[in-house]
Amino acid sequence: MTRYLVTLLAIALLMGCQTRATEPADALYQALGERPGIEAIVEDLLFRIVDDDRIAFQFRGIDAQQFIVGLSDQICELSGGPCQYTGKDMVTVHRGMAISDSQFNAVAEHLVLAMERHRVGTGAQNRLLALLVPMYPEIVRQ
Amino acid sequence: MTLRMRAILMAGLLLPAATLAEPGSRLWATGGVTTIEGSAGGGLVPWALLSSYASDEEWGGTLSLARAEVSDFTLSVTAAALTWRNRVELSVARQTLDLDDFSFALDDAFGLREDELVQDIFGAKVRMFGDVLYQPWGQWSLGVQHKRNRTFTVPEAIGARSANGTDVYLAGSKLFFAAFLERNVLLNLTLRGSKANQSGLLGFGGDGGNSYRAHVEASAGIFLDRRWLVGAEYRQKSDNLSFANEDDWWDLFVAWVPSRHLAVTAAWVNLGDVATQTDQRGLYLSLQGTF
Ligand code: HEM
Repeated sequence: MTRYLVTLLAIALLMGCQTRATEPADALYQALGERPGIEAIVEDLLFRIVDDDRIAFQFRGIDAQQFIVGLSDQICELSGGPCQYTGKDMVTVHRGMAISDSQFNAVAEHLVLAMERHRVGTGAQNRLLALLVPMYPEIVRQ
Repeated sequence: MTLRMRAILMAGLLLPAATLAEPGSRLWATGGVTTIEGSAGGGLVPWALLSSYASDEEWGGTLSLARAEVSDFTLSVTAAALTWRNRVELSVARQTLDLDDFSFALDDAFGLREDELVQDIFGAKVRMFGDVLYQPWGQWSLGVQHKRNRTFTVPEAIGARSANGTDVYLAGSKLFFAAFLERNVLLNLTLRGSKANQSGLLGFGGDGGNSYRAHVEASAGIFLDRRWLVGAEYRQKSDNLSFANEDDWWDLFVAWVPSRHLAVTAAWVNLGDVATQTDQRGLYLSLQGTF
């Protein structure tokens, strides 16, 4: 039983490595629909945010166009696309907002729903979240 | 109908509707499901996750029903839990073990006429630090389960020392995003101190040992997407009663979380030998509502 499980695990791990080894560096960028796809997702995200009482107040009066371009640049760059985020660092951007866990969760939820709406597959969604989640400590409670 | 009564009735109808609209901000399935002991976790193993979807500014609760039908016994569980600000979880559970044919064996051996064993479990869990999704070291919680056996004649006759007992556990849970074939993987490790025999349904302590034992419990699950979690659990057990062998437990589970309001869990459980009945395996089904 144990040997069987170990063999299965080894095969699965090898398969996992193989998909990674053969895919291009911008695979996630492609899966998100390149720059236009990413921008459409971010726009959708912003619509959902301003519709949500838990977080809308944080976004009141922002420059929507700058937000869309900035966040799209950031996601594009993170996912291996040909962009560069030139805005301020995450701590500076979110300073003074005192973002709570509930608010962070709300934004994360809307991002997932926006990606679903734009037919981004589960795997690509997860990989983008894996890249964004490490920013959590720079964004909440600043 | 008086105005006052009408107002109360209205409030009674509107309140659940209002809470139904917003069952908390934590992401889908991050409340786990309800274990057979009432704490949030898998089916058999409590996790570091707190029940419901209450995030740091919210409260939430769950109600659940579960049933496990193994070869010679049927276990039913009714449980409720309340979580405050993703910090403290309080839970109550009632377990009823239907002895089926085993009650005849009990009558023959001990002259006991009991066709079910019942125990109540009062649980508390505190998230000490971390976050299952957002912190690299995961989320760590400390919990207690105070168990009160309501049918102690049977446990006493087979050698249990006490009708009541308290389990203490430390649990760590961590979700790894896109960790395996681009799917999110949830790992849990729980260390429990316990004197319980078969979770307490056969009392606490016994002729084979009456001190706290450390048990390792573990679960691993993979999210096929945000609604489906499949995985396995393992739970170490004590063997305090000389009258029968007590085995470790394990299960394979599928949880379906179609919305924040509902979770359905099915599992294939293997409880090993239970009270002289060998190889107790079967199906487990649980239904959880969150508000
Ligand atoms: C993973 C989570 C998040 C990421 C990656 C992120 C990223 C960003 C980026 C890149 C910008 C700058 C856009 C630009 O102007 O160039 C930005 C701005 C902003 N973010 Fe976030 N953010 C996150 C979570 C949140 C949350 C949870 C809130 C509040 C509930 C929030 C509120 C804001 C606001 C209000 C702005 C506009 C600031 C301004 O223009 O003055 N963010 N975010």
